[in-house]
Order: sequence, then structure tokens, then C-alpha cells
Amino acid sequence: MLFLPAHLHIPDGFLSIGVSLIFWIAAIIMIALAISRTNQSLGEKQIPLMGVMAAFIFAAQMFNFPVAGGTSGHFLGGALAAIVLGPWAGILVMTAVIGVQALLFQDGGLLVMGANIFNMGILTAVIGFGLYRVVIHRNKGTRLAMAGIGAWISTMAAALITSLQLWLSSTSRLEVVIPAMMGVHALIGVGEALITVAAIAFINQTRPDLLGSEDTFTSGGRGWIAAGVFFSLLAVLVSPLASGNPDGLERVAKDLGFLEVGLAAPYQILPDYKIPYLGDTALSTILAGIVGALFVLGLLILLGRSIRRSNGT
Amino acid sequence: MHFDAFDRYHFRQSPIHNLDPRVKVLVTIAFILSNAILPNGSWSAFALAWLVLLLINDQSKLGLAFTVKRSFVALPFALVAISAIFSPLGEPLFEWNLGIITLIPTDYGVIRFLSILLRSWLSVQMAILLVATTQFPDLIHAFEHLRVPRILTSIVAFLYRYLFVLTDEVFRLLRARDARSAGLPGVKRGGSILWRAKITGSMAGQLFLRSYERSDRIYKAMISRGYRGHLRTLNPHEMNRPDWFILTISSFILILIQLVGWIR
Repeated sequence: MLFLPAHLHIPDGFLSIGVSLIFWIAAIIMIALAISRTNQSLGEKQIPLMGVMAAFIFAAQMFNFPVAGGTSGHFLGGALAAIVLGPWAGILVMTAVIGVQALLFQDGGLLVMGANIFNMGILTAVIGFGLYRVVIHRNKGTRLAMAGIGAWISTMAAALITSLQLWLSSTSRLEVVIPAMMGVHALIGVGEALITVAAIAFINQTRPDLLGSEDTFTSGGRGWIAAGVFFSLLAVLVSPLASGNPDGLERVAKDLGFLEVGLAAPYQILPDYKIPYLGDTALSTILAGIVGALFVLGLLILLGRSIRRSNGT
Repeated sequence: MHFDAFDRYHFRQSPIHNLDPRVKVLVTIAFILSNAILPNGSWSAFALAWLVLLLINDQSKLGLAFTVKRSFVALPFALVAISAIFSPLGEPLFEWNLGIITLIPTDYGVIRFLSILLRSWLSVQMAILLVATTQFPDLIHAFEHLRVPRILTSIVAFLYRYLFVLTDEVFRLLRARDARSAGLPGVKRGGSILWRAKITGSMAGQLFLRSYERSDRIYKAMISRGYRGHLRTLNPHEMNRPDWFILTISSFILILIQLVGWIR
């Protein structure tokens, strides 16, 4: 049908058991908090509301708009859900969406679902809502801009944490996976941001009462601002460090002592990803990353085309 | 669109279809877990796991090749993930000599790459079997029995119930957009990317409002019919002797697979 591969849904088998369990625990803690908070704030009305909103996010992921060369921008929805419904309800809605995608469509695995929920449901809600909450009392333009920035950063942060999980599971090497994932999602994130901003602008115009409702924002206090800003900064700071100087990050991980297996992987691709003639510089690593990202993007375009063709549209 | 447009259930009369959904959920999760903890390159254990899959395929009267066929439908998802990790594993198929970069495959890399693919492939097939032999409402009910919080299962139940309604809504919106943006062949139509994104965003906003208002009507309708905060079902779901039997047998088979995988 209209479901295109969503590149952040990790299938089973790609994460190690330890990484899967750690992120399941993190996800379960957040979900438990979300359940108790939404119980207090929304009451019995919450279930039909959140259920239909989950169906909305699911259906909205079918919207796409042509960008160029057969690719199309489309939509994950985590930041939008958190901004419009409040962060706790947003987390529950995204959990349900990711659960159904994994169960019904095998889009994302079951054992790694905790990681998928954390990446696409929780992190996006924390960043998207946290940043939006900073400017909640400002004028419309500022709020819309911040919603867009939040949507973009949350997509990038989800890509970053997905890369880190793949690296910790020694499924892929850091210096390849980070530039590739971040490169692709820098573009996807722009689409996400544009749609999020336009959707919020539309809702703001037709039903402004839904956006500023006290329900939403009493459940999301100042802690969200701190968490949102913290995680955005972390994402913004870690990604250049990780893509420009992966050795640094590996050393940090080694010093923390939780990473023997990930580093022991004895595969190598020409001397440590240096492009010849450029020598041992950060520039050469970044170039290698860009080449990797372009390769992935090309593959995605081909894949998208062949899927569309096989759909017979 | 029909209400089960998204359902992957295949109606058959088979022992697998008749199993308690809890058993099927537990065995599926245990099977995926077992794949995840098998060591790299334990080919005989992977083969054994695949034989188990074939057996269940056969027992469920879906045909031996049922899940294999469908697993390739899911393969693009795996490929996207693989392409993101394309080079470090040095699989020869991806060998890529562009003059600037040469890939050097190593035996460990190839073994690990194949093991990841196999784990993913086996796990996807088991998940496909689960939804092909269990109706989705039963599945939700099983998760409820397995202590998944009721709020979550209820949200999922609503999601399932209204997904096709909202999908119809999406199709109406898309059709309306197409009808308004007709153009001559060969002539560029539509505005800039920014403009297109704005239109798409407005459609998402429109869908949001329609969904929101619909959820309000649903809520009122349900309240007037005695809704008290959670959904009820008429399906009793009892664990009978065949259910316990299959659960025990499956545990032994999974332990056997682990033994084959770890003892060389």
C-alpha cells in the first residue's frame, strides 16, 4: 500500500540483546510515568482521544509530498503529537503507533521495540515538546519556528541514537553509520519540520483553542524545558564529535568500560576510512561520510521507485 | 474501505489458529529472543529454527512457503537498515571499487553480517505467522492478559478500529489534492517544495481536526452506551490442554536450538 520503508524502524536481529534490554527498561519507565500522568490529567476521556489520535498519526504518515528525483518527504509525527496532545499523551500515542507497526506490518522488530519506542516516541516527544514549551508564551511566528526546529532536531536525535545503538550492538562502525544516518535524516528532518509547522499553523488558524489548552501544558511543566534543551544540546554536541572525531567517542565509551564487544569487531575497510590522497584528517572522514550518505540516499531512491512500481501506481 | 483492510489474518481451520493467542505471543517472543542470543555463525541452530518455522507453516495450513514469500515483502525494511551499515561488514556482494574506496571483506565480518540477516529473517517470519494465524482483537486481548497496561491495549484497539476510517479520510484528501492540481502532461505543475510542504501540512492539520472531532463524537456515543473506561470482550480465552502442551514442547525446542547453537 502506501507504506514506505521508514528508515528508523530497527528490525529484530540488528541490536544486541543487552542494548535491546537497556532501551526496553528506559522505555517502560517513561511509559509507566506517562500512564500515571495521563490518568490524572485526562480521565476516562483519554482513551478514545488517544486511540483516535494514534490512528491519526498512523494515517498521517501516508501523506507525502514530492521533493525531487522520485523521493518524497514524509512524516514521523512524534514532535507534532507531543506539541498538540502534550508530552505524556504524545508518548503513549507514539508507543501505540510503533507497537502496531511492529505487530501488524513487521515494520520494526518486537524485541527491539523498546529501542524503537525510545528513539521515535520518547526522544522526539521530549525534544519536540521541550523546545516548544520554551516559547509557549511568545508570538505565533516564534512558536511555529520553534516547532519546526524541534521537529528537525528530534528527527536528527532519533537518527543519532539509532546509529549509536547499532554501533553499541557492533552491527556497524561508528564512522560510517553516523554520517550516513545523519546525512539522510538531515533531509528527512526538513520535510518533517515543514509538515509539522504547516499542520500547527493550520490548527492554530482553525481551532486555536486546542493548542493552548491548559490540560496540555499543566501536564508538561518546566522539567520538560530542561529535558528538551538538554537532549537537543546533547544531540547537537555529540553528532559533530561523533562524525568528526569518532575515536574520541570510542575512547569515552572505553573509559566508561561498557563497550568491549563493540570495539572488538575485527572488520576493516581500507585503513580506517581514510580517502587516499587526503591523509589522516577529519576532512577525509567527513568526505567518506558524505560519500556513504549519498550512497544510502541513492539506494533509498531506487528502493522507493521499485516499491512504487511494484504497487502499480 | 473494509474494516479489516489492514488485517494480516488468514482464515483457516488449523491447530495453530485454534491455539490460545497468549501461547502464540509467548512462543513468538521467545523464538525471537532465542534468535537474538544465538552466537554468530551457528548455522545448524539457525537451520533448526527455520525447520521449526516450516513445521508451523505446514501445521497452520498456510502452505510451506507462506512466510518465506511474505518475508521478502519485509526485506526492504531490513535492506534499508543494512544499507545504513553497508560497508563495515565487508560482504562481498557489496564490493565497491570506485578507485577512491576499496572494501576489504573479512571472514568475521561476513559471518556476522549473514548471522544478522538470518536472525532478522527468521524473526520476521515468526512475527508474520503470529498475525496470520491470530485475529488482531484476540492479539490485543492476549497482550492484556500478559499484563500490558490496559490503557495501551485500549489505545491500540482504538487505533485498529479507526485506522481504516482515517485512511479513507486520507484518500479523500489526497484525491481532492490531485483533482485540484491537475496539469498538462510535460508541463511542470505545482509550486515550490515549500509550497507543497505547506499544502501537505495543511492536509495533516485538517486530518487532525477531523480525527479530533470524531474522537469527541465517539466518546459521547460510547458514554451513552455505558463505557466505563475500558473495552470488554466476549472471547473467554482459556488455556486448554493443547495450549499447555504446545507451550511446553516449544520451550524444549527452543532450549534444543540454544544447545545446538552453543555446543560445538
